[in-house]
Amino acid sequence: MRALSYLVLAALCARAAPAFALDEGVLSKLASEDSDDKIAAIRHLAAVADPEGLRVLRALSREELQVAGGRLVIADGDRVLDAATGREVRPAPEARDAITINNRVRRELGGALAALRLFDPDRGVRLAAAQELMRIASPATEVLLERALEKETDREIRTLLSLARAEVGLKAPDPAARLGAVRALGASGSPRVRSLLAPLLDERAEADATVRREARKSIDAIDARVARAELLGRVFSGLSLGSILLLAALGLAITYGVMGVINMAHGELLMVGAYATFAMQGVFERFLPQARGWYVVAAIPAAFVAAALVGVLMERTVIRFLYHRPLETLLATWGVSLVLIQAARMTFGAQNVDLANPSWMSGGIDLGASVVLPWNRVVIIGFSLGVLAVVWLLMNRTRLGMFVRAVTQNRAMASCVGVSTGLVDTAAFGLGAGIAGLGGVALSQIANVGPDMGQAYIVDSFMVVVLGGVGQLAGAVGAALGLGVVAKFLEGWAGAVIAKIAVLVFVIVFIQKRPQGLFAVRGRCIEG
Amino acid sequence: MELAIRRQLVPRLIGAVPRAGWVALAALGLVAFVILPALHLLAPAGSRLHVSAYVITVGGKIMCYAIVAVALDLIWGYGGILSLGHGLFFALGGYAFGMYLMRSIGREGVYQADLPDFMVFLDWKSLPWYWRGTDHAPWAFLLVVAVPALLALVFGLFAFRSRIRGVYFSIITQALTFAAMLFFFRNETGFGGNNGFTDFKRIMGFSVTAPSTRVVLFVLTAAMLAATLVATRYLVRSKFGRILTAIRDSESRVMFLGYDPLPYKLFAWTVSAVLCAVAGALYVPQVGIINPSEMSPGNSIEIAIWVAVGGRGTLVGAVVGAALVNLAKSWFTAAFPEYWLFFLGLLFILVTRFMPEGVVGLGRRLLGGRPA
Repeated sequence: MRALSYLVLAALCARAAPAFALDEGVLSKLASEDSDDKIAAIRHLAAVADPEGLRVLRALSREELQVAGGRLVIADGDRVLDAATGREVRPAPEARDAITINNRVRRELGGALAALRLFDPDRGVRLAAAQELMRIASPATEVLLERALEKETDREIRTLLSLARAEVGLKAPDPAARLGAVRALGASGSPRVRSLLAPLLDERAEADATVRREARKSIDAIDARVARAELLGRVFSGLSLGSILLLAALGLAITYGVMGVINMAHGELLMVGAYATFAMQGVFERFLPQARGWYVVAAIPAAFVAAALVGVLMERTVIRFLYHRPLETLLATWGVSLVLIQAARMTFGAQNVDLANPSWMSGGIDLGASVVLPWNRVVIIGFSLGVLAVVWLLMNRTRLGMFVRAVTQNRAMASCVGVSTGLVDTAAFGLGAGIAGLGGVALSQIANVGPDMGQAYIVDSFMVVVLGGVGQLAGAVGAALGLGVVAKFLEGWAGAVIAKIAVLVFVIVFIQKRPQGLFAVRGRCIEG
Repeated sequence: MELAIRRQLVPRLIGAVPRAGWVALAALGLVAFVILPALHLLAPAGSRLHVSAYVITVGGKIMCYAIVAVALDLIWGYGGILSLGHGLFFALGGYAFGMYLMRSIGREGVYQADLPDFMVFLDWKSLPWYWRGTDHAPWAFLLVVAVPALLALVFGLFAFRSRIRGVYFSIITQALTFAAMLFFFRNETGFGGNNGFTDFKRIMGFSVTAPSTRVVLFVLTAAMLAATLVATRYLVRSKFGRILTAIRDSESRVMFLGYDPLPYKLFAWTVSAVLCAVAGALYVPQVGIINPSEMSPGNSIEIAIWVAVGGRGTLVGAVVGAALVNLAKSWFTAAFPEYWLFFLGLLFILVTRFMPEGVVGLGRRLLGGRPA
């Protein structure tokens, strides 16, 4: 409320006071013993609304404004600045008295600073102030809004400010002004604006028929915009969930395809990748603090190698000895996953660890209507597609890929023509594990990183493999993205838990119809 | 005709179990039916011979687990069907009987209302339809058997008909129990959300905490375990069991010989699920709580390691495995809680890697006996 009254005051004075360098007379009032004098001076400075005045008011609020020989100075660390000009005073005056303020003055000061933020040189501060204003818009703020609009160049803030002004306009006595305001509000996508417009449809609230008609049009426009943005947002979050599932399932599809081995520790390989990212963050903070934001990029090879090493170790020590016993492999790899979870718990603690989103991944693309596509999810979708492309090239354009495909199709025959199946197994398992590690890097940017994180993804990623069919990259891609989008749509419609259950039930039923997955390879073999 | 079958069944059941087995069962019966109850109820609390309530509870719990292990062994060891969702049937049995126990609390709950406490808490006005009749014990017993049986039958029918097997089947059962767990975690499902059922007061009019009630439950569990062992042993030795084993070894060949594997697998699967459910129903009053975490995939997969440790394809091995692993768990979680997962994980790895026949298989080999 205090901020609001200040806005009013600032607005009223705004026209009268042209921009000028700070008046010594006004400043000296700040040093007055009388609180009323101080308040008058604060109000004056707030009305002028220029950066110099803001600086003085800030200094006052921090009790850094001092009197030195009848002159006001600001103590800025070791330096002493002239309050009126902002220049450094040299030599620094010896005798300085800080200006003290009581609670009444402090309250006034707080309100003034809030209103002045609308004129702050920092865009972020202005944006926050404009959003604040949207909430408290009233006829009294109109002048201030006009004034801020004159100065404002940023598109986003301008939109906010003009929306706020249009809101004020809705209450104008002149029908033409109201009409203009209604039209302007039609450009908005916020549910709040919609609720402002809704009463205008009623004859009792709005006498003018044209305004009523325009209000209906504007509301329809807002509804359409919100619906579009929500649809887009939902598809997007589905894709981003799908891209995580894809990274998790890609490795699984390779290992299952080549060796027919279900790796229950796959989720824990995601965890290894995520912890490798965490370790990389630590390394960057210690040795390269200036390049801190890029630790995620450095984590990509680190996570791949870490997870691939764990995978190769698993293959060489456990899985290799359990060929032709797939059910037991499943149990043994579950054992590996328990060991990995406990190892992570004892190394990094049972609590989730903190990973900072690098600055270049924060923020997002604003679609309006309060739907924002966060950059980190956009980056992850791109990253998954990149990994997919690399894996595809690896599988289809390299010798190793050819061997892997050969072993997948017919192990005995591949072995007969000289493919070293043992080495291919190890390489494929390492590759699959490494891809899981990459998934861990992506996951670390949007989900909690803790010892149990892998468990949440294991069932989902199996569903992708089951749905997509064995050893089928195309199947895995289709299944992952499809499952992601379907899950997100169901979530919006029936809640997260029901959505999850519905997807699982769907996969179970789907398997009845197509036991070999979406993209079945036709074959004439029969098992056993 | 029916009479003839009945007349034959008893000698067949007796014939199914070897003499050593009957001796072992008799010893188990003596310990479980006579010695432990007597020592718990009659020996004074301070004396060295006294068996504490803790031992009775842990013993009862482990026997419940043993029934589940035998049930899993029936389908995994003899049918080659590894279920990673048997915890679901166990929990369903537990929930079905838990409903009866919740209704038996009557107005003695925290809110002293006719409805179970969690429903009062959710501001529900009346019982949901599926709670109807659960205050009658016979209906609850029917639910314990019928609900898991129906679920197993439908799920099995779909899965086996499309010839889903091996790891695919395992993964799907895991997904099933995972989905069920999420479903039971919801408060709106009407089963107490993540707190589940607890604070039971009475069972068939007797206090659940009374020593005599505990002993009766313990004895019932032991009887159920013995009956399970005899019945499954009979089953796997019968023609049915031989075909089941043949399906395990080569399903295609069995089909080429003119058998349809579906009814065999389906029957074994459903029997196994019902056994689990009965074990769950016995488990809940002894442990005093049932909640959705019983359905977590981790719990179900642990059942498989009991069977693997004991030795699959040997019914007695499942009992041994369940007892060994759970005793180890009790000891580890008390002595070195942070190392339990390491131990369990290594157990999974080492048993599958080096002891494919489990403890019983190892014992047989050491004793020079012929493999099962």
